Amino acid sequence: MKILVTVKRVPDPDQKIKLTADGARLDTDALPFVVNPFDAIAVEEALRIRERSSGAAVEIVAVSIGADKGEQQLRTALAMGADRAVRVDAPAPPDPWNVACILQALVQREKPDLVLMGKQAVDDDCSQAGQFLAARLGWPQATFASKIELSDGRAEVDRETDAGIERVRVSLPAVITTDLRLNEPRYVSLPGIVRARKKPLETLSLEQLGISVQPRAELLGVSIPTSSRACVRVPDVEELIRRLKEVRVI
Amino acid sequence: MRVLVVAEHDQGALKAGTLAAVGFACAVKDAEPEILLLGHQVDNLAEQLRRYAPVWVADDQCLRLPTADRYAEIICRVARQREAGMVVAAASTFSTDILPRAAALLDGTMGSDIVGTSPDGDPSVFLRPTNAGTVVARVRLLGEPKVLTVRASAFKAAEPGESRDVARVPISASELPNLSEVVRRDSRASTRPDVTEARVVVSGGRGVKNADDFEQVVGGLADVFQGGVGCSRALVDAGIAPNDLQVGQTGKIAAPDLYIALGISGAVQHLAGMKDSKVVVAINKDPEAPIFEVSDFGLVADLYKAVPELIEKLKQR
Repeated sequence: MKILVTVKRVPDPDQKIKLTADGARLDTDALPFVVNPFDAIAVEEALRIRERSSGAAVEIVAVSIGADKGEQQLRTALAMGADRAVRVDAPAPPDPWNVACILQALVQREKPDLVLMGKQAVDDDCSQAGQFLAARLGWPQATFASKIELSDGRAEVDRETDAGIERVRVSLPAVITTDLRLNEPRYVSLPGIVRARKKPLETLSLEQLGISVQPRAELLGVSIPTSSRACVRVPDVEELIRRLKEVRVI
Repeated sequence: MRVLVVAEHDQGALKAGTLAAVGFACAVKDAEPEILLLGHQVDNLAEQLRRYAPVWVADDQCLRLPTADRYAEIICRVARQREAGMVVAAASTFSTDILPRAAALLDGTMGSDIVGTSPDGDPSVFLRPTNAGTVVARVRLLGEPKVLTVRASAFKAAEPGESRDVARVPISASELPNLSEVVRRDSRASTRPDVTEARVVVSGGRGVKNADDFEQVVGGLADVFQGGVGCSRALVDAGIAPNDLQVGQTGKIAAPDLYIALGISGAVQHLAGMKDSKVVVAINKDPEAPIFEVSDFGLVADLYKAVPELIEKLKQR
């Protein structure tokens, strides 16, 4: 089987983010970038599916959309164990709608049995692209996966919902988006990094895919909200209760 | 403009966020809000909802549990038929699963987790949090219809009024997509309110050592207030608390009158889910824990000592 797995390049979510001096946009120039953590979980799951497949061939293709810097994150996916990578060249990562359009074209080209994607990117926090893609392909979707079992052309997926775990069954091909508890991504090893250098990384232009990006969502501006809370340190439980009574929450 | 609000319910009860979504819809300029209710045997919910707006009911055995393929198809059909310029639902795992699929079928545009509208009244501009809530982005949505999930805590619930019409959406199961099937749903019986709806929420973090302590210490304090119980990611990862209690960027959004964080260090991913609470209390033995920076009151103490004392003193009131 073939698995297409998405790899978005995002600013390291553990770093504090600032605005540019003119306040017009986020200043990401000095920030380290990483594979979107939910996508790293998707890559890891693809590797585990291959490891569990007991001999049946599983090809894992990592895909990223954006400028050439995104090749760093694709190399990470290759170092983890993906077989090859595709970067769709675009000046900047497009909005989720256009991501889905590009991935749809790529799916038609690659014909995977499964698309694994992070349930959201930790920079824009949209959680749309996977569902858009499934709808456009007319494929089933299973979002927020915390467990995936494949057998006989079907997937049984545990989904993390607001009401608890829900198990769904979908036929393949399908789009599955990954949640936190699905797995813990492996670290890349030195031999993995060495091997990754020799693995194929193809660049495709939007023209080659027959796509022109027409934005559906336009970022006009950003602001950074600040906390207006002045933490009053109370010495003991007695004082805490007195304060809470004072502000009338108890 | 017609605004179609997709109602959310679970085990026979309406989710409170639905009324905030209706409230959002009513505040849209020149809005004609209508509500779409999908499910099976949901007449009592339709009776509740008709006091807010006219209701369309899609009721069939095949809609008993939400599946994205079927629900999105029906939302798309009704939105087209009603010529809705906007489709809205409260942000949740239900809407995040289904509404993007409907948006794609409608060839529309989408905004997730909307917390505000444009200050200058531009009807296509919305505010939404990004980067785990550390940034608020102003975005213009291009295209029609606009499909939105809105953060329930950011908008006032609609007020009930006179009863409006209830009409049926004809459903024929054989004409609907059948791409996925719900095999099982863990229905964890809880007598406590959900963190998204409780007036008081008590949350536990890494400082809580095991599931028994979580129940007795965190749950025990919540019960004093008849409050909800939440947790940070660490406890779900450790198997101490179930995933549906997680508060944060990838969990639920809690904005209660009182939020008490016990042994939670305060990673931004957690803060994203609780910083709109009215009053925040942090109890943590690490005086440097970042949670204190977003708290109104902080007590540097071992939660295993402070919380039992707090429970006892509160019960004496």
